[in-house]
Amino acid sequence: MDVLYFAWVRERIGLPKERVETTASTVAELVDELRAREDRYDVAFSDLSALRVAVDQELTDFDASIAGAREVAFFPPMTGG
Amino acid sequence: MRVIVQEAPFDFGAEAEVFASGRHDMGAVVTFTGVVRDFGGGGLDAMEIEHYPGMTQKALEKIATEAVERWSLGDALVIHRYGRMEPGEKIMMVATAAPHRKDAFEAAEYLMDYLKSRAPFWKKEHSVDGETDWVAAKDEDEDALTRW
Repeated sequence: MDVLYFAWVRERIGLPKERVETTASTVAELVDELRAREDRYDVAFSDLSALRVAVDQELTDFDASIAGAREVAFFPPMTGG
Repeated sequence: MRVIVQEAPFDFGAEAEVFASGRHDMGAVVTFTGVVRDFGGGGLDAMEIEHYPGMTQKALEKIATEAVERWSLGDALVIHRYGRMEPGEKIMMVATAAPHRKDAFEAAEYLMDYLKSRAPFWKKEHSVDGETDWVAAKDEDEDALTRW
């Protein structure tokens, strides 16, 4: 699946988008896999209360299933308007 | 209902005029526009707005559709820009049309509250001295959703 990062999450991880092969079944498991990769991921995901997640472009929570998902995006709370 | 996400500036006056014209059954039109604000007394060089192409349009359409249904609006308009903007530039606008003003005002406030916290935009401030800062979401903006 594609994993996307926005705003300071993108800056901290150092890329906007990457292809990830995963066996994770939930967002939280995917986060654990990413955190285990490298420090920059570990730092970016250190406080999940400061992050939001969308699966296939719909806002959801970290317990959500990612089975069959094409796209998971991580970002800080939104500041539109 | 129209939802527009674009980088280019929009003509607030022209959009409001078109929106408010041509119908005889809507007695109330409310418009709101958000402007890049320099609250540091000349310290802000520009505001940069990042968004999530693909999700943004859908999220805004969902919010606008909910407003139209809940307040039985005759029409609704949302325009939201992304990219780099200078102080004084208009970032976004919403417009609502309803038979009576109460519904038009409430629906506009609903649109704004949801745009703030549920539409995938992120603001970054560039100060004149070269510093950059992501604008943090405010608890009060999240709390504002509970009244709906």
